[in-house]
Amino acid sequence: MIMNERIRCLREQSLAANPSVSVERAKLLTDFYRSDLAGQVSIPVARALALKHIIENKTLCVNEGELIVGERGPSPKATPTYPEVCLHSLEDLEVLNSREKIAFTVDEDTRRIYRDEIIPFWQGKTIREKMFNELPEEWKAAYRAGVFTEFMEQRAPGHTVLDDKIYDKGLLDFKEAIRLAIDSLDFFHDQEALDKREELNAMDIAADALIIFANRHSQKLQALAAQESDPERKWELQHMAEICLQVPARAPRTFWEALQHYWFIHLGVITELNPWDSFNPGRLDQHLYPFYIAEIEAGTLSKERARELLQAFWIKFNNQPAPPKMGVTAKESSTYTDFCLINVGGVTSGGADASNELSYLILDVIEEMRLLQPSSMVQISKKNPDQLLKRALKIIKTGFGQPSLFNTDAIIQELVRQGKTMEDARDGGASGCVEAGAFGKEAYILTGYFNLTKILELTLFDGRDPRSGDQLGLMTGEASSFTDFEAFIGAFKKQLEYFIDIKIRGNNIIERIYAKYMPAPFLSILIDDCIQNGKDYNAGGARYNTSYIQGVGLGSMTDSLAAIKYQVFDQQHITMAELLQALTNNFERQEALRRKLVNETPKYGNDDDYADDLAREVFQIYFEAVDGRPNAKGGKHRINLLPTTSHVYFGSVIGATPDGRKAGEPLSEGISPVQGADRHGPTAVLKSAAKIDHVKTGGTLLNQKFTPQLLADDTGLNKVLHLIRSYFKMDGHHIQFNVVTAQTLREAQKNPGKYRDLIVRVAGYSDYFVDLSEQLQNEIILRSEHGEV
Amino acid sequence: MSKEISGIIFDIKKFAIHDGPGIRTTVFFKGCPMQCWWCHNPESRDKNPQTVIRRVKQPGGDFLDEPTPIGYRASVSEVMREIKKDILFYDESGGGVTFSGGEPLNQPRFLKALLKACRKEGLYTAIDTCGYVEPETVRGILPDTDLFLFDLKLMDDVEHIRYTGVSNEPVLNNLRLIAEAGKTVHLRIPIIPGITDTESNLQAMLQFIATLPGIRQIDLLPYHKIGQHKYQQLAMENKMKTVEQPNKKHIHQIKKWFEQTAITVSIGG
Repeated sequence: MIMNERIRCLREQSLAANPSVSVERAKLLTDFYRSDLAGQVSIPVARALALKHIIENKTLCVNEGELIVGERGPSPKATPTYPEVCLHSLEDLEVLNSREKIAFTVDEDTRRIYRDEIIPFWQGKTIREKMFNELPEEWKAAYRAGVFTEFMEQRAPGHTVLDDKIYDKGLLDFKEAIRLAIDSLDFFHDQEALDKREELNAMDIAADALIIFANRHSQKLQALAAQESDPERKWELQHMAEICLQVPARAPRTFWEALQHYWFIHLGVITELNPWDSFNPGRLDQHLYPFYIAEIEAGTLSKERARELLQAFWIKFNNQPAPPKMGVTAKESSTYTDFCLINVGGVTSGGADASNELSYLILDVIEEMRLLQPSSMVQISKKNPDQLLKRALKIIKTGFGQPSLFNTDAIIQELVRQGKTMEDARDGGASGCVEAGAFGKEAYILTGYFNLTKILELTLFDGRDPRSGDQLGLMTGEASSFTDFEAFIGAFKKQLEYFIDIKIRGNNIIERIYAKYMPAPFLSILIDDCIQNGKDYNAGGARYNTSYIQGVGLGSMTDSLAAIKYQVFDQQHITMAELLQALTNNFERQEALRRKLVNETPKYGNDDDYADDLAREVFQIYFEAVDGRPNAKGGKHRINLLPTTSHVYFGSVIGATPDGRKAGEPLSEGISPVQGADRHGPTAVLKSAAKIDHVKTGGTLLNQKFTPQLLADDTGLNKVLHLIRSYFKMDGHHIQFNVVTAQTLREAQKNPGKYRDLIVRVAGYSDYFVDLSEQLQNEIILRSEHGEV
Repeated sequence: MSKEISGIIFDIKKFAIHDGPGIRTTVFFKGCPMQCWWCHNPESRDKNPQTVIRRVKQPGGDFLDEPTPIGYRASVSEVMREIKKDILFYDESGGGVTFSGGEPLNQPRFLKALLKACRKEGLYTAIDTCGYVEPETVRGILPDTDLFLFDLKLMDDVEHIRYTGVSNEPVLNNLRLIAEAGKTVHLRIPIIPGITDTESNLQAMLQFIATLPGIRQIDLLPYHKIGQHKYQQLAMENKMKTVEQPNKKHIHQIKKWFEQTAITVSIGG
């Protein structure tokens, strides 16, 4: 492993740091909003002033030996809360402190300040409370029953990635653009001109705040330099102090400055709010290459220094766990990972192979650092050389789930279909888990997971939820009254449309609440064309505005439909009434029937059109129900198919299903087949998965598991390479691999202490195996076993 | 209307990556003229479909004996339907179709029809054979076969008869026939401790190989015990109970030994 002593120490510090709740941000925020000033200014200006107040007063942290500075909290992994969005109660804090997985230490001071100041001030004022006050009862009933989840109840919309615009502009340049936009406001004709001016003023204040933040760091570094006795470190500290005076105020001039520049901006975004998917530099090999090559040629940067700086940059991401969640949101994505997904490879704006020397250096860093965050992916276009994919596979085979692999050519088709320009599409990529986006120009918001299989269950029971007995959906008829499969599918379609309508109405309410009460002026500076439009990111200021609803359980859904079609209607082995009875009894004493459903029914994932045609049909129904429906930001709703860990939660709210799954068990994840249902190897899985029209989505997630032996030699590696190329030829969007033996995983389950660093691919991201719930651990063991002889 | 040609197979395996170049589909024919002691597919010997009893773990931990059929009759078009599903993968990887078994040449009419059908689709074909067949049968399929994966086990005829049940004379003659016809051949040599890995056997092989054109690759297949439980299921005698898997060092020595021929040698397929 190529890692010097400095990096080794910083990495160790990051790994060993204990996640804790830091009350500092909540306290400073509350202080500001209690001040007279907060009441005298507009909402966006107040938001910007609040950010400024936090940044002017927060504790600075410079870790021993650091080359890139700035922490969101007072120390690594000290994680702030965002009470303006979602207010933790004292009980919530206790749960965070004591829960077994994904815990955050909460100290006495924090609890006291929460009790005396934070809770009394924010109670009744949070976004979460506003949302639940405004959302209709039918929405709440569906939410409670687990028909869908809601992303924005604890975290702000974010789901966006930066493009290259910050590398030749500093915040002073953005301030100039803001001034020009204010000057050109048309108070004669534009009824929104005043609102726009307030928003633009807020952006201007937010830019100042970040410059102040960097200046504070510069002073601190100077002071540290004055005390430093080691001449080499002294020089570094002085140099870093100078860097902090250059960036983010002015454009970076060197590789080092570029990294520090991005990092300050990153901290600005994640301090302003707790946006989903944190924030992300996106196409890092593209953005940094001009700095890298110029300095390498000039002799002012060595490859080793560049590597060290990138490693130091990597560690900064790992120091920022995802803000602590609670309740259902904790279940749907229970992880410290904050979904920063660095993109490597892909194509240029002009459509040429974009991979360069730095792409490979970044891949080295990914392999050497082996950190949970940032996550990484390689974009593979048909134009990229095999060498790039091979390099990625060599990291994948080391078995920590990174990088995942994306099909650039599919992503471009997806984005262009949604109406983006070819150039914006080529400059984009994927972020979060697998979401396609036009980087730096799009708000592409995930609004919630949608439980496709729950809709099937509701259809089977005439709209009643068998768990509660409540009439949750439409009365589409008792299942035993359907005379053919088409009638059943017709009922399913009606139920699905009914719940999608509820979800979309809810989304539009929530989007307006954020637009009105929770602008993000700093983020708005960074995303085109918020400045020109004088509109906030959360209010539709971006060039493209997309709202996604993520379908979950395609495999379980398809196999259940196949069971109904095959066993009840085509072969008539059982009646619908018998099937419903068995489901209600959770297959108690009906093991023979369950085995028939599991073993003698066509299944998705085997390149069998009988089942796969049903996957296509479900996909099409879902697509038509969602795609193109307007959102509240002037954009459209779209679909993607990814679960994070919601397939476990969604499974827990569904009884036994016709595919032989027992009550409460997890659903299939992403577009992967039901665990164990694919019996004809990976080519059949890929063929099945490619039968749905990936290009009509904004992302799909496919998990494959391989044993290390398969990738042990070059021959095996090449065959997997061809497997991936084939999938991408069929427009497959994404594929990821878990390369760990089931035996190792079982060991880790028994002795978690010994396997603290074991990272596995979960679903669009990697996580520490020992941090996963037992159910999820078992599922991953099952997935891994499947690939073994 | 003529009845479509069909044969008995026991599996069609996709993403077969040890049976020739690229990503392949391997069709396993049922029925084999040899009875090698170390065979890990003993269910492939009998040329007819059969049923074995498999112990299946039930929820709750009990075991249930479940009859499992092995082998079925499939028509050329049925087999081709499966083969054609993965054409995209063959094209991408330079792969194709491998006919294995059992012994594919034991069902020559069926095999020939499949090879012709593959030719029509432009697919690259390989045959994995033990070589114990009539030379006429071999000549019949030569034009439509691109690659032979040819098993070479024991050079001494007495030993060959002892461990495989048949003479090696037709095997060696067919190997020469194929090699001299200008076909590409990968030799597959099972490394069975104490049986095929003796110095005299390896020495004899080396001499024989030196006289053959067209040998592109030698695959050493180290003995493994994976198929052992099948003997019990099939109520067949397992003669290999005391034989252990060869160690890695020994296999690498043998690899070096064969590399004298300047032919590429690989371990595993």
